[in-house]
Amino acid sequence: MCASAKYNTRGPALIPRMKTKHRIYYITLFSIVLLGLIATGMFQFWPHSIESSSDWTVEKRSVHDVPVVRLPADSPIPERGDLSCRMHTCFDVYRCGFNPKNKIKVYIYSLKKYVDEYGTLVSNTISREYNELLTAISDSDFYTDDVHRACLFVPSIDVLNQNTLRIKETAQALAQLSRWDRGTNHLLFNMLPGGPPDYNTALDVPRDRALLAGGGFSTWTYRQGYDVSIPVYSPLSGEVDLPERGPGPRRFFILSSQMALHPEYRSELEALQAENGESVLILDKCTNLSDGIPAVRKRCHKNQVFDYPQVLQEATFCVVLRGARLGQAVLSDVLQAGCVPVIIADSYILPFSEVLDWKRASVVIPEEKMPEMYSILQSVSQRQIEEMQRQARWFWEAYFRSMKAIALATLQIINDRIYPYAAISYEEWNDPPAVKSSFQCSQSFLDLGAWKKWSSVSNPLFLPLIPPQSQGFTAIVLTYDRVESLFRVITEVSKVPSLSKLLVVWNNQNKNPPEDSLWPKIRVPLKVVRTAENKLSNRFFPYDEIETEAVLAIDDDIIMLTSDELQFGYEVWREFPDRLVGYPGRLHLWDHEMNKWKYESEWTNEVSMVLTGAAFYHKYFNYLYTYKMPGDIKNWVDAHMNCEDIAMNFLVANVTGKSVIKVTPRKKFKCPECTAIDGLSLDQTHMVERSECINKFASVFGTMPLKVVEHRADPVLYKDDFPEKLKSFPNIGSL
Amino acid sequence: MQTGTKYLLLALLASCLLLFFGADRLRRAASFSSPKAEAPGRWPRWADGSLLQSFAGAGELEGDGAAPSPSPKARRAARLGTHQRRRCRMETCFDRSRCEQHGFKVFVYPREAGVPVSDAYLNILASIEESGYRTADAGAACLFVLGIDTLDRDRLSARYVPGVGEKLRASALWNGGRNHLIFTLYSGTWPDYAEELGFDSGQAMLARASARAETFRPGFDVSLPLFPAEHPRKGGEPGCLRQRALPPRKKYLLVFKGKRYLTGIGSGTRNALRRLHDGKDVVSLTSCRHGRGWQRRKDARCDRDHADYEKFDYQELLRNSTFCLIPRGRRLGSFRFLEALQAACVPVVLSDGWELPFSEVLDWGKAAVVASERLLLQVPSAVRRVGPERLLALQQQTQLLWDAYFSSVDKIVRTTLEIIRDRLSPHRSRARFFWNALPGGLLALPDFSTRPGDFPFYYLQQGSSPSDKFTALVRASCAGVPPSPPLLGLLQAVSASRHCAQILVLWSCETPPPRGQWPRSTVPVSVIPGGTEPSDRFFPYAEIRTDAVLSLDEHAGLSTSEVDFAFAAWRSFPERIVGFPARRHFWDAERQRWGCSAERSNELSIVLPAAAFYHRYYHSLFVRSVPAGPRGLLGGGGACEDVLLNLLVAAATKLPPVKVARRREPEQPGDQPPQDCLDRLAAWLGHMPLVPSQLRLDPVLFKDPVSILRKKYRRLETP
Repeated sequence: MCASAKYNTRGPALIPRMKTKHRIYYITLFSIVLLGLIATGMFQFWPHSIESSSDWTVEKRSVHDVPVVRLPADSPIPERGDLSCRMHTCFDVYRCGFNPKNKIKVYIYSLKKYVDEYGTLVSNTISREYNELLTAISDSDFYTDDVHRACLFVPSIDVLNQNTLRIKETAQALAQLSRWDRGTNHLLFNMLPGGPPDYNTALDVPRDRALLAGGGFSTWTYRQGYDVSIPVYSPLSGEVDLPERGPGPRRFFILSSQMALHPEYRSELEALQAENGESVLILDKCTNLSDGIPAVRKRCHKNQVFDYPQVLQEATFCVVLRGARLGQAVLSDVLQAGCVPVIIADSYILPFSEVLDWKRASVVIPEEKMPEMYSILQSVSQRQIEEMQRQARWFWEAYFRSMKAIALATLQIINDRIYPYAAISYEEWNDPPAVKSSFQCSQSFLDLGAWKKWSSVSNPLFLPLIPPQSQGFTAIVLTYDRVESLFRVITEVSKVPSLSKLLVVWNNQNKNPPEDSLWPKIRVPLKVVRTAENKLSNRFFPYDEIETEAVLAIDDDIIMLTSDELQFGYEVWREFPDRLVGYPGRLHLWDHEMNKWKYESEWTNEVSMVLTGAAFYHKYFNYLYTYKMPGDIKNWVDAHMNCEDIAMNFLVANVTGKSVIKVTPRKKFKCPECTAIDGLSLDQTHMVERSECINKFASVFGTMPLKVVEHRADPVLYKDDFPEKLKSFPNIGSL
Repeated sequence: MQTGTKYLLLALLASCLLLFFGADRLRRAASFSSPKAEAPGRWPRWADGSLLQSFAGAGELEGDGAAPSPSPKARRAARLGTHQRRRCRMETCFDRSRCEQHGFKVFVYPREAGVPVSDAYLNILASIEESGYRTADAGAACLFVLGIDTLDRDRLSARYVPGVGEKLRASALWNGGRNHLIFTLYSGTWPDYAEELGFDSGQAMLARASARAETFRPGFDVSLPLFPAEHPRKGGEPGCLRQRALPPRKKYLLVFKGKRYLTGIGSGTRNALRRLHDGKDVVSLTSCRHGRGWQRRKDARCDRDHADYEKFDYQELLRNSTFCLIPRGRRLGSFRFLEALQAACVPVVLSDGWELPFSEVLDWGKAAVVASERLLLQVPSAVRRVGPERLLALQQQTQLLWDAYFSSVDKIVRTTLEIIRDRLSPHRSRARFFWNALPGGLLALPDFSTRPGDFPFYYLQQGSSPSDKFTALVRASCAGVPPSPPLLGLLQAVSASRHCAQILVLWSCETPPPRGQWPRSTVPVSVIPGGTEPSDRFFPYAEIRTDAVLSLDEHAGLSTSEVDFAFAAWRSFPERIVGFPARRHFWDAERQRWGCSAERSNELSIVLPAAAFYHRYYHSLFVRSVPAGPRGLLGGGGACEDVLLNLLVAAATKLPPVKVARRREPEQPGDQPPQDCLDRLAAWLGHMPLVPSQLRLDPVLFKDPVSILRKKYRRLETP
């Protein structure tokens, strides 16, 4: 796109150097070149106009103009679906291949009109919903128009509703698809399976090995790990806009809104209502509606008329009973209204049950226990109801609201089976996005194509392990040129029993580190790493030389910490290996006057940060700091030569959700706010700058992750009336 | 160069550029405008797309058509007849009504004298015995477990028990297998290893290892891991992950060492495995020297492979590899699955159609890689691309699952029972979340709650925090009917805390104290009769509605500052016991037993609930654990219950308790648990879960040289 502009500037620059007599030629020549390039740029710049104009010429066809395919009466019929099909028996994985993007390729057959021998249509050409579904697949990353590279095939034959098609002929139409091959790697979408009188729970069209994304599977027809259970789409999702309703009491406790309930169920529900009075509302079809009002949008109870689906938002629990079919479109309406579905449909496979944890969003009650429904639901606590309501709404927003959402979730599930190495996790499927996040709530990762923030944290070091003491820690000293002070720090730190290695990060490119012979002789290996640039982030690089989990970051002027204090700090870190464990503590405060965060280094009763001038932490956080720091924080820190420690505090708190641990009493640090670069003093500008860092980072993280606590860690017997020589860490806090 | 040539060259260059940038677009534009309508491309935007009909009319969606559907009752009855055996489900082959009256009770058939039973099966039966679900009354039972050893159903095996079918048919309780649970580890035999049991299991549920997805009855059968005969009955070894190195890669990327089958079922995959061996970080070693007559069938590679095979030690490979191949053997499951899990070697399962252990509740995608046998050769490059974050998570999850469900027979059996129990009341069962997060489903009791936020373990994952109120539960001795001065002083101090929601006094005297004798305060004080039994303190009283419980003895002698600070600390560590009186456990090498020391020391591993905060959930956990456990062991007075609470919490959290600062440590250490208490409890649990800690939490400015006026918890320091 930018090509034209780039070449534009280069063209004129050459012209003045040319000989005058050829000038005219050159001007002409360059004009031609220029024009050509501009034309190219136009092509680059307006791709949409080209496509849309071609859309207009070709794609603005009618669905009725598509080619007609005549199916002879004796054309082959596929075998019935094979109930024992699984991915390893009926699916050809070789077609999907090894794919660096871990995305399956999906091909859509072009639309045809199928007629039988006598020219009668086999089915309606295509429904609005199936067209939306195919459009969504076609617009997604999964789509390919190359039939040879495809791994999954989606016929354009619409089988969403079995009632609208002729079973035998539809099967024949499937069988003559160019890549049918017994239905291998073909995916059919069906929402209304079966027909009267017994309503099979899976599509009756013989389909051989094809995968079925079906609404209304029972546990007997669902081939676990092969089929995908999908919702029955409710067209009301697109028509009615129900804004999410916040928590709080709702008018009805239990609501039933289905119109075509079996009389047996209805009488059971009515018995419930008789027992529990007004809190239970059983709605039915309206009998005497004036003309012009669609019956779908109204429900009645005796003479009262209610708007549907709005009335669902008035209820805490909404009953979703099976009808003749197991899958009910009302489930979608109920979720949209943020009403907790009470699912009474024995053996029903809930939509996307392979990945969705329905117990967090619904109550499932066996049909036989219907009479106990009221007491069962009353045992659900109010807070749990609120969480379920939120979860229900989130499921609708992410996986029910449109044919697009349904299609993409289905493909993602199949994708995850084929590329298990890169599968979407439980949390990504189930956890609603953070309320506080600025992203649209309505977007799941399927729509977004990128990861987003979750309200909950998933600690990368979640397993409670206490690392073995014998491992020891690696001390990292970032230094520039304060050699004398550095040597003192090295000597002091080397006295700590658990030190296993000392790493000096030499951040000065203009000066060589002192000769080997000048360094203090210590009992552990000492390595000097020279850096390419004088950056603060060099301190947090996950050097290969760090072979221990524990890292002690220490400034080259921190000489006042005793060996007992450092050793104790390491012991505390072992008990809290997923936290920053450090010495000087700091606090962030909300400045009500300025309406922003403020940095505080005074004697306070609380801490929320520790300075990394002397702190233990897990090497993993070095990896996170270097490679996963959000936004431009890392560069910002390097550019400002400040606040790398605050950034680390933010990072760790954000990913673990935990506070720091400050160890041992406050000491007088010679230069408490020292950073690696030379003595910034504790003056006003410094404090202002640090405050600005906090505000900047909070905005990049989109939240304030730091946790404030009122405690610090001391040895068990610290300042206790107990013989000093019997204490493990006697030399603490004395200065 | 002539100007003309330059001219030409430049012109050429220009046209090249033009072609380069423009051709693609031009070609596309051209192809679109060509008359060929069947050009590949996106799905078309139809001109009449907006006019298309919906897939189903509103009435159709609501009413499911006009035909009257059969009565639900009739449908359920009809199903009972048709959906049997291979099609068994809880709805059709299990009688839920048996479980309603007496709850989930398991009856174990008496063992026949003279019939040998394997140790593994004895372990299973013993675990059921201790599960707390056992009943001796067959009439009250919901679930039946056979006394006949059905673990090994391989006809060629020495442990095969013949004649099971006849015995079952003769039994009065068998009832066609209804409500029965049958444990099987091996079924079928050479050459096809089909899943036959050698008897008709009827309507019984099968808890089996190596389950095949095609025949597995979802929601009815339970898939077990294959565990060795010497698998410990309880306790079990911990996982091998000791440290989380970065990068989380070990010496080898991917290893396998095992048999190669020359013929027969499973030989396809096993034969291909050696192709992965690259001698560097992928080590795949096979040997054909196994079974009878291998020499007759051996092929050209056998000897060469075997030389390599001998060079590596299996245990060494297991411990030093990032991923472990778990190919199918003759059957789908293998011992190496659990071995890899324990070793934190991420299992790469190559066993098509294997229903992984407890797949009904466990999310194996978090702990293993389920690859396809057909794409075997892609495995090394695919696992090589797994990033450090995911790898670290996989490694940790293997340990979580190993420790929560697999490390002992007891855990395997209890997981099986809990899964079945959860099916019986779906509305009161654990969501998948509970099973796959710490501390695991067995320690998250659905009787307590089904909401994660009610438990002490999930606050961080849920992004929530515990409520900022606590309930004080004071155990009062029966010194005299007027409450004793220390008790009154304690109530005064506790009720002065602004976080105190209510005070409950466990009153063991017969006469309740007169109302007017309690100190006046805004905090309601109520008296609960009881407290005669030491474990009464841990009963989940309905009155406790706050997350936090402050458990106190009459002589705890705390100040308001101490209570407030301890509560603030507990809010940071809601899953732990946070309190004052600390003890230390130690291994007494001389007497070969665990000891518990009340002496002041540099370490602690127990914080007694004589003055401690903990989450109210632990009351429920305590009560659920104790009837199954050391009721007889707890006697003898003293504070053995208090120690038991510490063990249960440590077993759940794997973390030490937290001791907080107090103004002055009391001279008298208080109740001393009986000498052998800790030893008995550890034996009952099968391991010693206590974890030592070397720290104490103090207020940030505790005893710092700064004006007392700046300090929040002043009373902690004033003499």
